[in-house]
Amino acid sequence: MEAGTLRRTPLFDAHREAGAKLVDFAGWEMPVQYEGIREEHLAVRESCGVFDVSHMGEIETEGPGAADLLQHLLSNDVSKIEVGGAQYSCLCQEDGGVLDDLFTYRLAEDRYLTVTNASNHERDLEWFQAHAQDHDAEVRDRLADYAMLAVQGPRAREIVGGLADGELPDRFHTVELELDGAAALVCGTGYTGEDGVEVLLASDAAPGLWKALLEAGATPAGLGARDTLRLEVSYCLYGNDLTTERTPIEANLGWCVKEDTGFVGSEACRRVRDEGPEELLAPFVITGAGIPRQGNPILAGGEPAGEVTSGTMSPSLEVGIGMGYMRSDVAEPGTEIEIDVRGKSRAAEVRKAPLYSKDG
Amino acid sequence: MAEASYPEDLKYHPEHDWARIDGDQATFGITWFAQDALGEVVFYEPPEVGTEVRKDSSYAEVESVKAVSDVYAPLSGEVTEVNEALSDSPEKINSDPYDEGWMVKVKLADPSEADDLMDAAAYRKLLEESD
Repeated sequence: MEAGTLRRTPLFDAHREAGAKLVDFAGWEMPVQYEGIREEHLAVRESCGVFDVSHMGEIETEGPGAADLLQHLLSNDVSKIEVGGAQYSCLCQEDGGVLDDLFTYRLAEDRYLTVTNASNHERDLEWFQAHAQDHDAEVRDRLADYAMLAVQGPRAREIVGGLADGELPDRFHTVELELDGAAALVCGTGYTGEDGVEVLLASDAAPGLWKALLEAGATPAGLGARDTLRLEVSYCLYGNDLTTERTPIEANLGWCVKEDTGFVGSEACRRVRDEGPEELLAPFVITGAGIPRQGNPILAGGEPAGEVTSGTMSPSLEVGIGMGYMRSDVAEPGTEIEIDVRGKSRAAEVRKAPLYSKDG
Repeated sequence: MAEASYPEDLKYHPEHDWARIDGDQATFGITWFAQDALGEVVFYEPPEVGTEVRKDSSYAEVESVKAVSDVYAPLSGEVTEVNEALSDSPEKINSDPYDEGWMVKVKLADPSEADDLMDAAAYRKLLEESD
């Protein structure tokens, strides 16, 4: 895509002002870092960081059949979401392949908002609309209406709370509040392994809130830190760790797959779960030197055993970490493996998720 | 270092590597531009002493959190000394790319190869043109 055609979020000018390094991410011109990935990462672990994630899409589903439509499309049990609740799930093809991984918020009795990955938004929207015809529900594209900020870290609630006109929502809940005078949907969710909130608000109100958050002590953090943070706590990234070639069962997301609801792809998921997947997504750490990267072969006992889907240097653990699909017998925590990093064999060990936790 | 700098006493290779030449010996490293483009260096493994390096070929890699980048030899020769300190403190490549961030010392195979390299003014011009 040519530089001139990249989409920009309402915070583009603020990013440039803050000295961001901007890159093409899923067709959007996004900040990958400001001062440096390591510093921003540690700011989120130790204090508070704010991410512009306005490139993420939103799909609103409303009507008497909204719950049924979502139950038909999403892998989790949508009937369990109360008004003001939030739930993670996968969107699957008939063959169980993952189209996207999503958070859905229940805003009212028959109104839901689903947050999509930027790279999948158009495809998700078409998928929702194609299936809506059989249900009494209206599906609306809300991407252009919302900016989204993720405020994450041990001080995030204190900083956001100081700008709010009411109590912040608990984890996996959502509340409508005013933040610094702007109407906002505040959600107790995130992608960093830290406490914090994600805030959806009108695009034109985003620069004001961004500025207020920085003044209150939040550090601007880019997509680079977002990636290292999520990988330390073994959260999947669509396009790396999740694709249409893999079912959520193989991705170790079986906990959010409720086959009994009969969602699109449920039969395929049930089959993989019953038979046991041949390969599983598992996190690992490098036990010596080296940094694993996407595409590196995984070996066990000298034999090919899988492939790395995400890898980086962990700023908190200060070792190379990653995850990848590997033979199910190899995916057991404690298994010693090797990662072939551009021809050099690096010793690694499969670990239990998450790789990083506050308690060490 | 925060500000771009290209010392006058160095010779420059278009892949953003420098050489400090002293007779038939030279020290190699990467330029301010290279370290800035890469971001914080978090991993560097020096080659072994005795390794033959060839002009325009990669002899090592530097890695930031997000990216891997080849380090090219500006001149040919044999590695006589490596900067072991960078294994523990690769961030010196960012903070001091021309001094503490040096990578290898090499006994040159053919010092006349240096005629192909740029001086600081020519390298600055190359950076401006590719901007």
